[in-house]
Amino acid sequence: MKKSRKSFLKKSRRSFLKAAGISAVAIGAAPAIKAVAVASGGGSASSIPVVSPKAEALTAKRWGMVIDTSKITDEVVEGVTAACRNAHNIPDFTIEPDAEKYPNTRPAKKMQEIKWIWEEHYQYAFPEMEDEFLAEKYKSLPFLVTCNHCKNAPCVQACPTKATFKREDGIVIMDFHRCIGCRFCMAACPYGSRSFNFRDSRPFIEKINPEFPVRSKGVVEKCNLCAERLAKGEQPACVEASEGAIVVGDLENPESEVRVLLNENYAIRRKQELGTEPSVYYIM
Amino acid sequence: MLEIAIKGSKKYWIWLGALLAVMTAAFAVYIDQFMNGLMITGMSRDVSWGFYIANFTFLVGVAAGGVMVVIPYYLHNYEKFHRITILGEFLAVASLIMCLMFIVADLGQPTRMLNVLLYPTPNSMLFWDMCVLNGYLFLNIVIGWKVLEAERNQVKPPEWTKPLIYLSIPFAIGIHTVTAYLYCGLPGRGFWLTAILAPRFLASAFAAGPSFLILLCYIVRKFTKFDPGWEAMQTLSKIVCYALIANVFFFFCEVFVVFYSKIPGHMSHIKYLFFGLHGHDALVPWMWTSMTLMFVAIGLLLVPALRNNQTLLPFTCIMVFVGTWIDKSLGMISGGFVPSPLHHVTEYIPTVQEVVISLGVLATGLLILTVLFKLAATVKEEVRG
Repeated sequence: MKKSRKSFLKKSRRSFLKAAGISAVAIGAAPAIKAVAVASGGGSASSIPVVSPKAEALTAKRWGMVIDTSKITDEVVEGVTAACRNAHNIPDFTIEPDAEKYPNTRPAKKMQEIKWIWEEHYQYAFPEMEDEFLAEKYKSLPFLVTCNHCKNAPCVQACPTKATFKREDGIVIMDFHRCIGCRFCMAACPYGSRSFNFRDSRPFIEKINPEFPVRSKGVVEKCNLCAERLAKGEQPACVEASEGAIVVGDLENPESEVRVLLNENYAIRRKQELGTEPSVYYIM
Repeated sequence: MLEIAIKGSKKYWIWLGALLAVMTAAFAVYIDQFMNGLMITGMSRDVSWGFYIANFTFLVGVAAGGVMVVIPYYLHNYEKFHRITILGEFLAVASLIMCLMFIVADLGQPTRMLNVLLYPTPNSMLFWDMCVLNGYLFLNIVIGWKVLEAERNQVKPPEWTKPLIYLSIPFAIGIHTVTAYLYCGLPGRGFWLTAILAPRFLASAFAAGPSFLILLCYIVRKFTKFDPGWEAMQTLSKIVCYALIANVFFFFCEVFVVFYSKIPGHMSHIKYLFFGLHGHDALVPWMWTSMTLMFVAIGLLLVPALRNNQTLLPFTCIMVFVGTWIDKSLGMISGGFVPSPLHHVTEYIPTVQEVVISLGVLATGLLILTVLFKLAATVKEEVRG
């Protein structure tokens, strides 16, 4: 009894995660489905399990991100990383844990940190494009790097349990409850975009956001393009905090803001030569 | 047959007791890791695999090395290996159990490990590695046990073991090939991204496995009345010699390609290992030690007078074993992760806890090996006497 309930919950959680993906396919189709439902007699059409997205959800055929490097300042970097941290309960190993709430917390190791979007310099963001005569301004410019939500994602290919999977709308996302923590995806990612929970992160989260799960120790995590916010019709946290430097949208739609930006500007992607087809572009 | 294992000399029980003590201590440390996570290890965001996976990789090689006695004996009827074939198979069993334990020790969520079976994912090399490792383990247990039992009863082994024996040969090659594929198919890791990786893994395996087997033959000779035969050991030492030369040759092929093409993403890893990078050089003395050990060992194995010296050979074998262990476990894993895909240099040094847990796995493997070898040696003594 208990077991079957558990497996039901598991299934429903997964189908929920997928639902947002399926909804992407159904962009324009959603009203049509509703129309059919109305025509066939309202809410009684329950024989076909159709998962329709909330009307306010932001959808795309293939999500992409464009970062305007000229608009990235130290303040923007600060705001963006803080927004992401707060939205996703990402621990900050530099804070002192509350001794009362979390007694006997062992000190954290900086190199075991967790980050979804963070600052890098050009030579690290684009190591294969190192150039001794690179314009001075680029050398010191802060770059923001994150998961590229690759079209051909090596992490998805490597995962032995499908805990990391690709949604129909291009978002590479994780099922934290299925991950066994083998870290094969971390070895596979050519962008160092994944972090592992080497420990329980709770003592190092300043204020827990109840809208997003806190991860248990022993699982991998990374940027999810704020899928949970997109589903509610909100822009990703980084976009909101970026003062216009970061834009997300549908790469497959020529009218979308990201495509317009890519049409008008010269943009590059990280390690393009590997054929992973990153969905994050940098306007130079 | 198992009753043999509970009848032993005082030395036998002291040895098993010592191994159990190590296992208990390691288990206590593992409980800490289980409760608090992999934070107790030296692994990091940049170097996300460490000592466990390193030893896993090496031991897959030792397990595969067992095939170097199976092929001559079963495919070429090389009679001198008749007595040691069972030792090779039992060595494979113990090594594979250690491999599986290292994998479990490395998992962040070990209680979920069956997810690999519940959600089989053929596009993941880890899925295939699980298949071949367990398959090879199963084959070796069945074959080793049945053949030894038949020998004890002085009858021919059952006919159905023959196809299993033949099947175990491609499986042996398979376990190490797939283990190499874990690494060499990853686009962002220049050090591993080379087709020579699987051949190199096999070459070093066929050096490490048989050299360990020679050492075990010495131990069996010393502590039991069973003599595996000096000629068999001499043949093994020739196999070690060829395999070690192949391993070093493959490594130089890699070095040539990397440094003649001068592709930075491929050069930086080897530079880090052998010369240090941006002031980080923790592995430099280890790598040169490994190279020296392998070269000296090649010399000692090439010259017949030195190879056939019964006092010298065990030392040569230790050199081969340690040299290939550094090369394939320490160097192969750290070398792949340093520098990181963003070309940051984060070094990896295992913690004491990590080493203790690894020693616990090793003690478990040695315990299984001791029991299995005792079975084999006792049965062989019985039959002869």
